[in-house]
Amino acid sequence: MQRNVLEYLEATAPRLPDKVAFSDGAASLTFGQLFRAARGIGTLLAQKGHSREPVAVFMPRCPDTVAAFFGVAYSGCFYVPIDSEMPQYRIELILQTLRPRAVLCGGGTRPAAEQLGTDAVLYDFDEAARTAPDDALLSSIRAGQLDTDPLYVVFTSGSTGVPKGVVACHRSVIDYIEQLSAALGFSEDTVFGSQTPLYFDACLKELYPTLKFGATTYLIPRSLFLSPVRLVDYLNEHRINTVCWVASALTMISGLKVLDKKIPEYLHTVAFGSEVFPIRQFKRWRAALPGARFTNLYGPTECTGMSCFYHVDRDFEDDESIPIGRPFPNTGILLLTQDDREAAPGQVGEICIRGTCVTMGYYRMPEKTAECFVQNPLNDAYPELIYRTGDLGRYNDRGELVFVSRKDYQIKHMGHRIELQEIEAAVAAHPQAAAVCAVYHKEKDRIVLYYTGEAQPGELTAFLREKLPRYMIPNRTERLERMPLTPNGKIDRKLLAARASGAEQEKG
Amino acid sequence: MEELLAILNEMHPEVDFEIADNLIDGKILDSIDIVSLVGELSDTFSIEIPAEEIVPENFNSAQALWDMICRLDEA
Repeated sequence: MQRNVLEYLEATAPRLPDKVAFSDGAASLTFGQLFRAARGIGTLLAQKGHSREPVAVFMPRCPDTVAAFFGVAYSGCFYVPIDSEMPQYRIELILQTLRPRAVLCGGGTRPAAEQLGTDAVLYDFDEAARTAPDDALLSSIRAGQLDTDPLYVVFTSGSTGVPKGVVACHRSVIDYIEQLSAALGFSEDTVFGSQTPLYFDACLKELYPTLKFGATTYLIPRSLFLSPVRLVDYLNEHRINTVCWVASALTMISGLKVLDKKIPEYLHTVAFGSEVFPIRQFKRWRAALPGARFTNLYGPTECTGMSCFYHVDRDFEDDESIPIGRPFPNTGILLLTQDDREAAPGQVGEICIRGTCVTMGYYRMPEKTAECFVQNPLNDAYPELIYRTGDLGRYNDRGELVFVSRKDYQIKHMGHRIELQEIEAAVAAHPQAAAVCAVYHKEKDRIVLYYTGEAQPGELTAFLREKLPRYMIPNRTERLERMPLTPNGKIDRKLLAARASGAEQEKG
Repeated sequence: MEELLAILNEMHPEVDFEIADNLIDGKILDSIDIVSLVGELSDTFSIEIPAEEIVPENFNSAQALWDMICRLDEA
């Protein structure tokens, strides 16, 4: 039985040593190079005394970063990708929770790492990757590892203003990759075009199947997502046949009418998820690629990548939503009503998940963990943890699960999961902002910020840019004389949400 | 040009669009901005922006955007 994700690499590297595993156009790594670099990094970290602890990987999006992840895994530690473009303030918040003893730098991030308020030892990727692998040391580390040991921590938006780190173990990732690969039919011939950043669990979809099958992943440069025609050219140039993208990236291509002129001609597998795919845009894709298989994926970071899938097998009306289908075979879904009973067919309930996909919780946040990772209320026979997603869903007449909405103020914007309260917490730190409310305009995929106080909108946005990642910056900022309140004195979010969409309509 | 600046300022009040010339390279505009800009410019200036025009060179500054609008308007 496979117990460690590195077994994928160890089976593939001797078989396909010279095949390109990861490429970003500028640099690439073959399976042989990847194997060598990862074992070097693992050896160095272990020789320096790091063991069973978080190692922050503070590197840009490139093949070396992927090697760094596997290198950390070789050392018996777990990797924590840190977005090197995130504002320093937010990186420091994450490091305060993480308290790492080791940070792996590379691709020019060392000067920025030295500015961070951390007493961790900084290691340089190139030097670490060149370390001669110590086979005996790596073997003894492996012998002591279990599949329940952590593999990574990824940080996601937190409603209190502090990002939360989700900890996932080898078992969860192996089970996920096996089930996802079977559902989507990955193989050695798969050529992935990866759109996702490496600091989210979304990238598991490409990284580990690439190792498992000896496939190839192109890390598509971010800038191409601003030039849709060039993006399609890139897909064709590299014969990319499989994409697992957020719906907004696919919508950008179809919405700007690129598919009328050229299509990604090798694409046969299109998986999407993380947000609702507007049917009008989806239809354009399906019409442009009639031979391709389209699959909707759904799942929270807390349950290791994706939990449910639906292969599109019919047409949809513009006002319908594409179902999220059914769970992977070794994943269980419960739909719970407010009083913790099982929802009746058609009734809305909170989507709760059980199985080996359920992660270990939030790093150094036991209270937060206890709130969402709870005993299955339908099971009083034995201890069984489930994860309460906060997503509301229902089963349609066909027995397919459909996403309805959120229980709280979490949104999906450009594929990123954002707690609106985290934006509000950042605004509240500005000395000249008083009341604040962030709302989400779903149709336009825009975050609109309303606030009162002396601060000017431009000042406030510049302030936020130093605190929040790019995708959390409001798309519109409006100063109000007075914050509208509900009869019981709370900020009237509904009225502001209506204002955000109404303002658009007036302008036409 | 003033109408264009008004549209841009509403999107990003923190940016001085009269001098900024790295809207794409400086990661000020993201893909959502571009999609909504294309919609707003098409409506406001009654032009059609073909997909091939949606490249960083045309979106890096207000002036580049304006040049594109004028070019498409003449066409």
